[in-house]
Amino acid sequence: MTHLKAVNRKATRVIESVQGDVVGLQQPPVQPHIPLGCSLAFSPGWEADSTGGTAGLCQPVERDIFDCHLGCFWPAHVPDQLNHAPSCTAKCAAAQKDWRKLDLVFPG
Amino acid sequence: MIALALREFHQFQAAGRQFLYLVPSAAVFELDAAAEAVVRLLREVARPEDAVVEALADTFPPPALKVAISELRDVRAIGYQHQPDPEGPKFLPMMPFPLSTMVLNVTNQCNLACTYCYEYGEDKIVDTEHGKQSKFMSEATARESVEFLLRESAQIAHMTFFGGETLLNFPVLKSTVAYARQRAAEVGKTVDFSLTTNATLLQPEIIDFLADNEIGVTISMDGPRELQNKFRVLHNGAGSYDIVAPKIKALLRRHRSRPIGARVTLTSETLDVTRIYRHLTEEFGFWEVGFAPVTTSPNQTYAISDGGFDRMLEQFRELAYEFQQHVADNRHHGFSNIKDTLEEIHKGVSKAYPCGAGLGLLGVSTDGDVAVCHRFAGSEAHQLGTVRDGIDRAAQQDFLEHHHINDKTDCHTCWARPICAGGCYHEAHVRYGTTRRPNLHYCEWIRGWTDTCLQVYGELSVRNPAFLARFDRDEAKAEAAL
Repeated sequence: MTHLKAVNRKATRVIESVQGDVVGLQQPPVQPHIPLGCSLAFSPGWEADSTGGTAGLCQPVERDIFDCHLGCFWPAHVPDQLNHAPSCTAKCAAAQKDWRKLDLVFPG
Repeated sequence: MIALALREFHQFQAAGRQFLYLVPSAAVFELDAAAEAVVRLLREVARPEDAVVEALADTFPPPALKVAISELRDVRAIGYQHQPDPEGPKFLPMMPFPLSTMVLNVTNQCNLACTYCYEYGEDKIVDTEHGKQSKFMSEATARESVEFLLRESAQIAHMTFFGGETLLNFPVLKSTVAYARQRAAEVGKTVDFSLTTNATLLQPEIIDFLADNEIGVTISMDGPRELQNKFRVLHNGAGSYDIVAPKIKALLRRHRSRPIGARVTLTSETLDVTRIYRHLTEEFGFWEVGFAPVTTSPNQTYAISDGGFDRMLEQFRELAYEFQQHVADNRHHGFSNIKDTLEEIHKGVSKAYPCGAGLGLLGVSTDGDVAVCHRFAGSEAHQLGTVRDGIDRAAQQDFLEHHHINDKTDCHTCWARPICAGGCYHEAHVRYGTTRRPNLHYCEWIRGWTDTCLQVYGELSVRNPAFLARFDRDEAKAEAAL
């Protein structure tokens, strides 16, 4: 910022929040929340979603677990939850937080 | 072309510079000449970026103007006219919210009969004379309250003794302090104590106790003799000044472990802020003096009317500029109203609720009923549980749901809402019969006062930024203690 000077603490935080280091989806106007970018294809600029976080991307592994196999054409490698491993996600209530708790599933 | 228009903010000038107070973020920015010119131009009429650059091209180089426009857009001081900012989401606080201050009404009786008192006058909410609440809190209830506080609080808990006249129940107060200290040590928490009193019962042994136990003291007092005696009277109508004056002096001489403040109630008939301030600081030596307009329905003769608010603002301003001069010279000034607001401005507080009532602050009645705040203690309509059964979470949720700033439509066009958020629930209840309404009778006063505080803030940001940085240090210290 060259023409505005942050005076109080909130102003400093406002500047921090608008000066994102990643462009891509952060460019205004704010985009709707759609997962873009994928862990299988490295595409610079899509490392962060429109809010500056990663939750809106396919990129993080927790996103792959559910989005790719439910909402995407990509045949992600998840267990067959209908027949073979119906409870593999039972301990994973919130994927972003609990993805480490996913059960290992072995072919039976 | 898409036109640029101003977003919501309040512009003010201090130390010869231009500042913006952005709403609702509560960020304060200083503008340079180019940014200020852009804002001034857009204030006339919304216009596209190219038109702004063209209009100002004689004074500022176009690349600089473009950067200024983009920065103003980034912080949302300006934006596209057709694309207004979305209304802020209504977030309720995360629950359970830790209790930080419990105000304990150890009695609802008083040895004074101040005519403007909200607890006894015509505007009272609870019938303390014939109502179901006990007149004095029992030791058992006080202990249950301590347990309640330690259960609901985070690491540090504040306990404030209140009344009625607090010291009428000194025995319970005394034993409760000892009990709370002991129990806090057992559970590994810290309790900090304070009380409010009218000073009539300050005896040497009570003063010793308060000083030795580092209990914060606030004295309710209205100033020089004739002002104090106007409303703060005994039951026989006699003024209380001559009774309290020597006792307050004795307290201030002996009690050096905590700064002692005075709390003044302003009415239309005692509206002499600067004189009261001088008297209380110079004659008595109070460290801080805080003022609050009397809470009353508008038909009381002592209620402050529109003209009164103007006069009050004028006098507050006078003291505020005096405060500014003192602070710029690194000297203490005890006008506490402005210090509290400066701290809020410095942190960029943008409130969803006007105060901590019902959230981090709760009042407890003599029978142990928990209320939104001490002013509602004992009122069934404002009850949020009991110290025995804990906080009624459903009632609390309901309270927070219906008092959020998003529901106060009148406030949505006001730039002072990040700090005011509609004002005191009790004041609204007395004026309008409901805590849910914002206090529209003093909007002009709030905006005038907030503007003054912003100017002082801007001035100090230039002349003594170290003073403002102290607010950060205080907070860091508090966090370190956690």
